Amino acid sequence: MAKPPASVEELRERFGPHLHYTPPGGWSDESRNPAEKLVKTHCCFCGQQCGIQLKVRENRVIGFEPWEEFPFNEGKLCPKGVKRYLQSSHPDRLLDPLMREAGGFRKASWEEALSFTATRIREIQDRYGKDAVAIYGGASLTTEKSYLVGKFARLAVGTRHVDYNGRLCMVSAGVAYKLAFGVDRSPIPWSDIPKADVLFIIGSNIGDCSPITTDYVWRCRDRGGKLIIADPRLNPIARNADLFLPVRPGTDLALLMGMLHVILRDGLENQQFIEKHTTGFEAVMESVQAWNPHAAAEKTGVPPEAIENAARWIAKAEHAIVLHARGIEHQSKGVENCLAVINLVLATGHLGREGSGCAMITGQGNGQGGREHGQKCDQLPGQRTLTDPAGREHVAKVWGISPDELPQPGYTAEEIMEAIHRGEIKALLSLCFNPLVSLPDANYTREALDKLEFFGVIDFFLSETAHHADVVLAGSLQEEEEGLSCNVEGRVIHIRKAVDPPPNARTDTWILCELAKRLDRAKFFPFRSSGEVLDELREASRGGHADYYGITYERVDQHMGLFWPCPSLDHPGTPHLLDGGRSFHPDGKCRFVTTEWRESGDPVDEQYPIYLTTGRVVSQYLSGTQTRRLGALVDIYPEPLLEIHPRLAQQYGIADGDAVTIETRRAEITLRVLVTKTIRPDTVFIPYHWPGKQSANRLTHRTLDPRSKIPEFKVSACRLRKTSQMEAPI
Amino acid sequence: MFGYEFYVDPSRCIGCQSCVEACEECETHRGVSMINFDYLDRYETTQTAAYVCWHCEEPTCAMVCPADAIKVSEDGVVRSALKPRCIACSNCVLACPFGIPKIIPEYEQMMKCDMCYDRTSIGKKPMCATVCPSQALSYVKPEQIAQRREEPTNLFVFGSQPVKTRVKMMTPPGTDAVSIDVIDYMWEGHLG
Repeated sequence: MAKPPASVEELRERFGPHLHYTPPGGWSDESRNPAEKLVKTHCCFCGQQCGIQLKVRENRVIGFEPWEEFPFNEGKLCPKGVKRYLQSSHPDRLLDPLMREAGGFRKASWEEALSFTATRIREIQDRYGKDAVAIYGGASLTTEKSYLVGKFARLAVGTRHVDYNGRLCMVSAGVAYKLAFGVDRSPIPWSDIPKADVLFIIGSNIGDCSPITTDYVWRCRDRGGKLIIADPRLNPIARNADLFLPVRPGTDLALLMGMLHVILRDGLENQQFIEKHTTGFEAVMESVQAWNPHAAAEKTGVPPEAIENAARWIAKAEHAIVLHARGIEHQSKGVENCLAVINLVLATGHLGREGSGCAMITGQGNGQGGREHGQKCDQLPGQRTLTDPAGREHVAKVWGISPDELPQPGYTAEEIMEAIHRGEIKALLSLCFNPLVSLPDANYTREALDKLEFFGVIDFFLSETAHHADVVLAGSLQEEEEGLSCNVEGRVIHIRKAVDPPPNARTDTWILCELAKRLDRAKFFPFRSSGEVLDELREASRGGHADYYGITYERVDQHMGLFWPCPSLDHPGTPHLLDGGRSFHPDGKCRFVTTEWRESGDPVDEQYPIYLTTGRVVSQYLSGTQTRRLGALVDIYPEPLLEIHPRLAQQYGIADGDAVTIETRRAEITLRVLVTKTIRPDTVFIPYHWPGKQSANRLTHRTLDPRSKIPEFKVSACRLRKTSQMEAPI
Repeated sequence: MFGYEFYVDPSRCIGCQSCVEACEECETHRGVSMINFDYLDRYETTQTAAYVCWHCEEPTCAMVCPADAIKVSEDGVVRSALKPRCIACSNCVLACPFGIPKIIPEYEQMMKCDMCYDRTSIGKKPMCATVCPSQALSYVKPEQIAQRREEPTNLFVFGSQPVKTRVKMMTPPGTDAVSIDVIDYMWEGHLG
């Protein structure tokens, strides 16, 4: 039973999160002891992967300096990027392997911790079968580590069940883009954004979640581009929108189908593009017939005239770009939402030309690279599918095994947790994932973790999930291991190692290889460096869609990033993925795919009359494992607030700063409120970065999109109760 | 940096406070941020404003300083109070129409934004304008700013006091001066 060995309070006392404010040696140390070197690398947080220089002295990161030459962000950083350097000297950093004991965790030797982990994995497999063990990876890992996680799961452990926290990020868009274009990547580089005449941003709070993209949006407007924003909240970017569509949570599909309806009704579609580059148009035309602007307005709460205007602006623009993110993807119809975006773009012919297209805004650091090479449950390196015989054969050959030895696709991240809950999966090894905070229905997740017969964690801070661990292997921070990452645009970038891990912590690569050795699979894991992993990855990805064969650290440095596919060592990379409107399907055509309306998995009714939607704030990142420890970031936004419109607040007699209990069909939590006119009056919002009694994900539900298996974080039904007392947050 | 000017555009501010955090990392005053940051009225709007010292041509702070501690450098940058002279009286704090100077108790000295003198003197942009992801704080050439929708102005009117600044505010086209008095915008007939 993997129940935490001590109370949350006791574990927090020892492992944090503690707030860390000052660089090594204090604020004034740098003037006496300046940096020895500046390391050009990238931020460890979101999918923008901004270039940054870390100041290093005596194997310690002591500060940062903007890296203005890096073309994507030209020195710009959000506050997370500014303060990221402080994680390196953080007092909560795990310095040794730990093993559970009564009342807490004790230091263990590497030999003991690794052998115990390997032994438990094999014992459980011998008793319950190979697939009784699951592996979780993370999208903050470098591409080499992501590759290694997939190979480790399938070859060292031999389980079907390996998936990653990117399941909570990009998968709806990934499925949709594969269906429509045959490939899963943003088709355009960000330098196209300023060239659009109309920019439509739907389901993306760019100011908070991808701040650097703001610069591209403003450049587009300065050129005369019109900005359309669809969001239940008037987010910071939306103040400057030419058209703001205050869409009700979970109804984006109706909005998008309504817009396509208008375009087809008025004959504004691009017939030439449709005929030359697409298939399936007629069925889609039929599917939007019922969605006239009034029907769409009823569903979405967006005025019919605004829907008409948005549709016409896009259709009549010479160049238009649609950007979308978790707002439309975190829904039980997330794939449909993305397909509806694509249908809009295809119908208007805004694809395959500079300044036109659609793009997903990747949220996680290596959200793109982390899903291309094998830690996704259905994927092999190079974005090959695990069910494709040719793909299996290629990868098996590179790995020196028979294709039959490769397991078939396993469960997705949430499905793995559910299989643990029902007792089918008995053991879990997790890297860089904090599911107790980031998966929906957190009480259910906690029950599942409690049931594990073995739980091993590889991480650098002890997350709330790791409280449940039997073994914690002290792994490496992003700045402690070299590797590649792929940013939001599909640009492969180079994470340089700035410092060594602390003396008794290890690189993640070393840990995985040592575990493989103890699982008697050493011959498949001979890697002594990330570079050696990359060399194998290049071969394994060769010929796949995400072909990295031509990508080396030196070439990435030379070109300030290389866009995949990059099939040879003299290939310049591929910034524009669908040039000329040619897709990756064998016929080169883009596919219209029909979409069908359905209600949310947690519908609003008389009992639960208010929409609850969740998201992020600019100063925190994902489950907060790193950012809840950085004092300056915590001070910007110290606790989750419930955002509520004054009209709704008045109904409950709630004033700004009051405590309110938010109740859903699963759980309740109590938070302070922020009364503001910048949110729809039928909707409340909570940022999800916090654990325990402040956890928005105690409230959310486990309904998944049937194809992408993404949870519906963006739509829950809730009710409110004014309370007089705030409990302690733990 | 020759030819570069500082521009502030609150309409583009996303409230991320990257400037606040980055200013604190500047070597000459590490641990103390000189950026002023406000939510205007969170009940009504997400509007935020981040701004630096405006570096007035005739700085009120220097005019009211009884110790003659606040100096303007040759290139128009209004500096922090000179440590040996500053008596930490707070006259400048009270008098500045923009609310910029701060008394740092542990230093017993008025400190303020000096437009990153240490950086601009060696060809780098000020830290805040380098990191700002949303063009709310920019240090660029006038020809670059001319490509924006908004136009720069550097005349502020506080009651009867016009203040000309080195740092420029981006405003809707056709705005000659930023005034905070409604009377300046009213038509009261021919009152002479």
